[in-house]
Amino acid sequence: MNAHVRAADPKQRIKGATGDWEIVIGLEIHAQVTSRAKLFSGSSTAFGAEPNSHVSLVDAAMPGMLPVINEECVKQAVRTGLGLNARINNRSVFDRKNYFYPDLPQGYQISQYKSPIVGEGEIMVDVTPTQSITVGIERLHLEQDAGKSLHDQHPTMSFVDLNRSGVALMEIVSRPDLRSADEAKAYVTKLRTILRYLGTCDGDMEKGNLRADVNVSVRKPGEPFGTRCEIKNVNSIRFIGQAVDVEARRQIGILEDGGTIDQETRLYDPAKGETRSMRSKEEAHDYRYFPDPDLLPLEFDDAFVETLKIGLPELPDAKKARLASQYGLSPYDAAVLVAEHEQANFFEAVAKGRDGKTAANWVINELFGRLNKESKDVTASPMSADQLGGIVDLIGEGVISGSIAKQLFEIIWTEGGDPRAVVAARGMKQVTDTGAIEKVIDAVIAANPDKVEQAKAKPTMAGWFVGQVMKASGGKANPAAVNEILARKLGLG
Amino acid sequence: MSVDAATVKRVAHLARIALPEGDVAKMQAEINAMLGFVEQLNEVNVDGVEPMTSVMPMAMKKRADVVNDGEIAAQIVKNAPQSEDDYFMVPKVVE
Repeated sequence: MNAHVRAADPKQRIKGATGDWEIVIGLEIHAQVTSRAKLFSGSSTAFGAEPNSHVSLVDAAMPGMLPVINEECVKQAVRTGLGLNARINNRSVFDRKNYFYPDLPQGYQISQYKSPIVGEGEIMVDVTPTQSITVGIERLHLEQDAGKSLHDQHPTMSFVDLNRSGVALMEIVSRPDLRSADEAKAYVTKLRTILRYLGTCDGDMEKGNLRADVNVSVRKPGEPFGTRCEIKNVNSIRFIGQAVDVEARRQIGILEDGGTIDQETRLYDPAKGETRSMRSKEEAHDYRYFPDPDLLPLEFDDAFVETLKIGLPELPDAKKARLASQYGLSPYDAAVLVAEHEQANFFEAVAKGRDGKTAANWVINELFGRLNKESKDVTASPMSADQLGGIVDLIGEGVISGSIAKQLFEIIWTEGGDPRAVVAARGMKQVTDTGAIEKVIDAVIAANPDKVEQAKAKPTMAGWFVGQVMKASGGKANPAAVNEILARKLGLG
Repeated sequence: MSVDAATVKRVAHLARIALPEGDVAKMQAEINAMLGFVEQLNEVNVDGVEPMTSVMPMAMKKRADVVNDGEIAAQIVKNAPQSEDDYFMVPKVVE
């Protein structure tokens, strides 16, 4: 286990009473495969249906029903493997993982144990815009989701809905390469972005379409891995971070008091900010795996994989590098834009034929800022890329100043319309006519003789005049022209 | 290979099969007889032989990603001892 060791940045270590500790984290992500029908049946995967309506006799495990694999789910798993730079296994095997639970009608989950469809890979994870780490992927396998039990509908009974039963999941297992809560969060964020780019999982954590089991252990730097605990089913990126920190502190507390860690499954309770044991340990996992006799091995040739590879979209790392070089963006701006491919697409539509940096500024600072404030997605933006591009054009042509552009942004955001037409209709054009600007400046100077004297003694006072002139012109005076004429008139030039 | 009484009870519990104490010895003898029979296979040398997954050499049949089943909730819960609003009802299970 210790062969693959990534040393932590000493800054990430946790100070304990007996010295520094290092956290070691590995993640198992369950990602719902995007497909219309289930992994082994023809019933729908759509969310939020009436109880047991998206259930076939196969999903309900009626006697004699046989599973037939959905080819699209296989393709989605291969696409994901390619996106994780992983080895694709042309032959994999489905096994039965046996356990008893009311929402598992078969009495076993069809999963892949010894021979998964995807083997080792790795992804680059940006911990900060300028610092990235490589995280190893151990494997990816296909498996069935279980149904859902509701325990709060009745005093003595649980209600079971099998709509999710048989929906395809990808379990993506990382190597124990993560060393802090921030790294774990960055890893899940990156993985989610890759899945969404690939279109193989929508990454919707609120609906449970992406959930994580978090393995946490602690050790003194340089020592072998400690005993780990698995925190099950953490369903938000923020909670993953919290669970890691809380669990690491719990383990350090036990070890520093001379205790030992029991390898066990725990739950994270966000309300209490603690992890606790999921007792039911007596029957420590005895899944009695064996190959599913209902399913032949899953086999495909290299051409199948090659075709899928050709059809892959541009992935986040490649897009980030391209945006940075093609548009001259900072790594930070490029990272913000590629976080969602819809954002990057919007930016590229705005930047097309325009100055990339200005476009990035307006997309990130104004548009994303505004969308954030209203909790809107870029796909729900009331302002189109054409409209925002129109504003950027007007700035570039010197038709409007920066402050007028912000007013124009507000107008287009709330009222819509063509930016150029709005500027013309409302007289928002920047005044570059030096004669007109001079008139305004003369008026301001004439009205404030005392300030003129002060400005001659203290040239920074010129700023006050600039402000007055801009105010008098309704923000439309060209700032460069104002500065130049003012300096001359005040004799500061 | 043989199983002891504790293993028989454990297997029964994992499969959620009720096994009265008085039947354990009988069941243990039956299972051990089966295991003994299967044990004969160990006499065959299978070095270098791939596990056979199909009698006929054939590829696994696959389905297209089309929704063509389900929407039969009433039938799904028809055999359930208890159901309500098309949910199965089972004795309360809470972890």
